[in-house]
Amino acid sequence: MSTPFYVSPQQQMADRAEYARKGIARGRSLVVLQFADGIVFVGENPSRALHKFSEIYDRIGFAAAGKYNEYENLRIGGVRYADLRGYTYDRDDVTARGLANVYAQTLGTIFSSAAEKPYEVELVVAEVGVTPEGDQLYRLPHDGSIVDEHGSVAVGGNAEQISSYLDQRHRDGMTLAEALKLAVQALSRDTNGSEREIPAERLEVAVLDRTRPQQRKFRRIVGRQLVRLLEEGSSGGAAGAAESDGSDDADGSDASEEK
Amino acid sequence: MDFLSDHQPDILPGNRQLPPTQGVIEAPHGTTIVATTFPGGVVLAGDRRATMGNVIAQRDIEKVFPADEYSAVGIAGTAGLAVEMVKLFQLELEHFEKVEGAQLSLEGKANRLSTMIRSNLGMAMQGLAVVPIFAGFDVDRGKGRIFSYDVTGGRSEEHGFAATGSGSVFARGAMKKLYSEDLSEGQATTLVVQALYDAADDDSATGGPDVARRIYPLVTVITEDGFRRLTDEESSEIARLILERRLEQPDGPRAALL
Repeated sequence: MSTPFYVSPQQQMADRAEYARKGIARGRSLVVLQFADGIVFVGENPSRALHKFSEIYDRIGFAAAGKYNEYENLRIGGVRYADLRGYTYDRDDVTARGLANVYAQTLGTIFSSAAEKPYEVELVVAEVGVTPEGDQLYRLPHDGSIVDEHGSVAVGGNAEQISSYLDQRHRDGMTLAEALKLAVQALSRDTNGSEREIPAERLEVAVLDRTRPQQRKFRRIVGRQLVRLLEEGSSGGAAGAAESDGSDDADGSDASEEK
Repeated sequence: MDFLSDHQPDILPGNRQLPPTQGVIEAPHGTTIVATTFPGGVVLAGDRRATMGNVIAQRDIEKVFPADEYSAVGIAGTAGLAVEMVKLFQLELEHFEKVEGAQLSLEGKANRLSTMIRSNLGMAMQGLAVVPIFAGFDVDRGKGRIFSYDVTGGRSEEHGFAATGSGSVFARGAMKKLYSEDLSEGQATTLVVQALYDAADDDSATGGPDVARRIYPLVTVITEDGFRRLTDEESSEIARLILERRLEQPDGPRAALL
């Protein structure tokens, strides 16, 4: 009878982390940016039915990269948590911080439990405030830690490169069209530095809009509205920032084709 | 709802133990709700009075609530239970929408409310009934629809107009004479306020426009653009016009005899 090999705990955790990271890296990246009137979620998603972004509660949105069935599970858990909280207490008592904590607990427990395989997901939980100062962005990697982010977040395969690109260019008080354009530029960079075009129908875009009169601030941007915003962003960007490279034209022509 | 009943059944209204009681429990009751359709949408309105026996419990209660973007519930009956029922109903619609990524159909919403009223039957037998009207804009059919209920959860779709609550008999009479199929939105809102005025005229539990305290009926409109509650200025303007006419003609507009 063979004895099992000894695997050190460090090695075991490193292996699990490696496994999760590889799983996440297979999926496409997505970005979450703050803009003047709220928070925008942008990602490349060829599917119309399987969403990467969704509403959790009045002011809280959810974004996920990685394996669909795993993050969908977490998403529904989050909606349940938020709705139960809001029904038992008050709508104001549902916060992104509370939700992020619950996700961190769940992901952490799954990651360190030897019986289960680690979830191959990376989440972003965002809450839009009454003013831009009140906005909150939390990134939740596969191991159950929480990272409090400001301005912009990228998760998924190419996240490091994209977030450094975003960090350099993102500024406070951007309009929605500007933020959208920046996000699309960031997403269209490949690992090897080359660029490719992402047509509007392959983009999934949603916003948490603090100016929305309804209680629920989450809204998807689709179809004609998305095309219009993309055009607005590229024309405004070309006039405003002369230093930006040729990708403007690419975006512009690409957007007008969609009309 | 299913999740709640597994997870925390004690917070669902139907699962509470009823205390043994004799006679009728005194609790605030909401009174009259009226609704009417017009081409392009539906109007749902309610008076502002809650009564407890012969006492006016509250002068400015709000009895019409948005259920979601395209529908609303107006409640008559025990106010406390009704408000909780509406809260749970709103939660269910929103929860469904978020989890499934699509809205329930209007029929689906109406059926769901029916089940919730039925689960309250035990309380209703003790005199704590809740009898709402559900009105909404059916996005698939492109028109406004009204559903009325009885205490057992029986659901029936009303064509044209509907009323519930203690003053409903009088309100329905008024609407019967005033309703036509080609009302504009403005005419429809005037119609419901007229009906509420007539209900308040003959039913002591229904409140009329209170000019001294500036409390006017709550009027909501649901169209393709979603739910909208008329502002205080808008509803006071409608009430003021009606009041002025009624100073000359206390019984309101006359319908033709033949």
